[in-house]
Amino acid sequence: MPDIRTETMTVNMGPQHPSTHGVLRLVLELDGETVRSSSPTIGYLHTGIEKTTEQKKWQQVIPLVERMDYLSAQSNSMAFCLSVERLLALEIPQRVTDIRVLIAELQRINSHLVWLGTHGMEVGAVSVMLYCFRERELLLNLNEMLAGFRMFPSYMRVGGLREDLPRGFHDAVRAFLDRFLPKLAEYEDLLTKNEIYLKRTQNVGVISKDDAVAYGLVGPIARAAGVDYDVRRYFPYLGYDTYQFNVPTQTVGDVYSRYLVRVAEMKESVKICRQALERISPTGAFAVDDPRVTPPPKDRVYTEMEALIQHFLIYSQGFTVPAGEAYVPVEGPRGEHGFYVVSDGTNRPWRVKSRAPSLLACQALERMIVGGLIADVIAVIGSIDVVMGDVDR
Amino acid sequence: MVQWARRSSIWPVTFGLACCAIEMMAMSCSRYDVARFGAEVFRGSPRQSDLMIVAGRLSRKMAPALRRIYDQMPEPKWVISMGACASIGGVFDNYALVQGVDQIVPVDVYVPGCPPRPESLIYGIVQLQRKIALQKLA
Amino acid sequence: MDTVDLLALLREAAPTAQLEDAPGVDLQPTIYAARDDMPELTRALRDRPELAFTLLIELTAVDYWPREPRFEVVYLLVSITHRRRLRVKVRLHGDDARIATASDVWPAANWLEREVWDLFGIVFDGHPDPRRLLMPEDWEGFPLRKDYPVQVKLTPRTTEPLQVTEEEFRANLTKDRLSRDQA
Repeated sequence: MPDIRTETMTVNMGPQHPSTHGVLRLVLELDGETVRSSSPTIGYLHTGIEKTTEQKKWQQVIPLVERMDYLSAQSNSMAFCLSVERLLALEIPQRVTDIRVLIAELQRINSHLVWLGTHGMEVGAVSVMLYCFRERELLLNLNEMLAGFRMFPSYMRVGGLREDLPRGFHDAVRAFLDRFLPKLAEYEDLLTKNEIYLKRTQNVGVISKDDAVAYGLVGPIARAAGVDYDVRRYFPYLGYDTYQFNVPTQTVGDVYSRYLVRVAEMKESVKICRQALERISPTGAFAVDDPRVTPPPKDRVYTEMEALIQHFLIYSQGFTVPAGEAYVPVEGPRGEHGFYVVSDGTNRPWRVKSRAPSLLACQALERMIVGGLIADVIAVIGSIDVVMGDVDR
Repeated sequence: MVQWARRSSIWPVTFGLACCAIEMMAMSCSRYDVARFGAEVFRGSPRQSDLMIVAGRLSRKMAPALRRIYDQMPEPKWVISMGACASIGGVFDNYALVQGVDQIVPVDVYVPGCPPRPESLIYGIVQLQRKIALQKLA
Repeated sequence: MDTVDLLALLREAAPTAQLEDAPGVDLQPTIYAARDDMPELTRALRDRPELAFTLLIELTAVDYWPREPRFEVVYLLVSITHRRRLRVKVRLHGDDARIATASDVWPAANWLEREVWDLFGIVFDGHPDPRRLLMPEDWEGFPLRKDYPVQVKLTPRTTEPLQVTEEEFRANLTKDRLSRDQA
């Protein structure tokens, strides 16, 4: 029998691909169906947001920053506001921090629903996508109630919120939370003990605890590998140390444990939302009372001269932030993220750098897929939940 | 007759780039079901589709890939530019983005918004269907 | 733990390093380090058990043009065991923007340094893969520098540059023909 000459085949999983969650390019070297090496190329969604923010005033940066990680938009804008408020040394009212916690946790549920839907669809459970997006529509209805916009409400502002909560918001959130938990149990019925899903995801894309820390991974990926780093517990912000919740962790570090961690996180988020809802009064303060930062209410603007001048100054030249730098970490749906904000004392930022958890997850992707099958590549990319807007900014 | 067939079963190729892609996915799900307008499946391969919905911001690095996918689609083909970034560069007027997808591919319908609501996109598809109805077979 | 105690620990860990405290309003203490001390300092930060800064959260740069020293490379570190954060900054001059790589200490630094090279032009000596990360491979210029314009009038390119040289292309063709003839 003559020697069979085998070679590896180089396959391009190009930027346009149904399963790469956006524009990620993987050049895979395959030996049969096993991946021998991979080289990811990113940058196909690079938008230069960081350079654009240097041209805008502080409050105008918020819509730009929301579009970076477009699935956890309000988490992004909240992280930016926290960093700038640290530089400004503002005392945010307690009601505003509670509302921010509520919105952050709802955003976490929102992002995890998209993850679950797309991941389920790629692994083969197509109906999971339809169910998850159906629940997500209810959350987008809530966003629309807040600010009229589904995905990017720009509701968080430096100094608090854009305006007060609408009437009926508490009831709407409670109705959603009551409806959501039984539905989540239904999705778990579909996947958690499903043999096909188990075969597809157990011991696939494993990353060890030390590797996770060495590669800078945080969030559900690291917690599934056994690193229990959660910014809400380690460096509490927005009063998270006063809420009762658990931080779910697993030990194996494969795709299945990441699934378990994220589903458990959704349940914990519902708990936090209920607690936050108790603390928020239906009406009250929605922004800090600082005249440099918060515009006055419209009826005063139309009648009083000082209010008119204040309104004009805020919207024409914006407020100035004292020189310095700040980075307030926030636990987003993908892990720790935050904005390293450098100010030079003017009304425009000098540098805004977003700490993107998805970038390091993409880097660690190579480690997770080498040695596995090509079908596992899809499952792994789904499980690390990369958002290319966050990777490329 | 042929134009009726073409416009009633217009199958898009997945070209979701950024945030608009999420709204495009929401459009294809149960609340705003686009399958009732004919866009039954989003084909993965451009060689089996008629419509390309460019959903999201197009960076300079991605522009050659967009052109390639467009060239791989068989005639007749249409392009919908979804969102402000695809139409005109959107909020991001800088070095990294192509200011409008129509610099690279010919666009039939522009759908404004950031991101456009799923209903806007469905309206865009309906407008495209009307445009196809008026087209004569070449 | 405030900066003073941390600084004392660091001085004990890396005695020859020149470290400077930078007070600020931020929640993590900031220190300035000299460029030549970085290899020793980074290893001490990761390996000494009382420091244990094993998690590299962020590696970025800021361009302070026209001030000299122009660049500052910023490292954000987290110690999970001790629940501590630290920011280390290194000042670099504009015409001498080089620094030793940290990717052998923290593998996470690999892509982060590629991004800094891509956007700022700071060279990381000893980096295993110094290529552009976010911009196209043949882009000229470093976009996030302050003297680079925000808007660039450039016709978008619709063809990708061929990624193999002509000799390689012809060699691939002959190799392909040979394998088909043999099979």
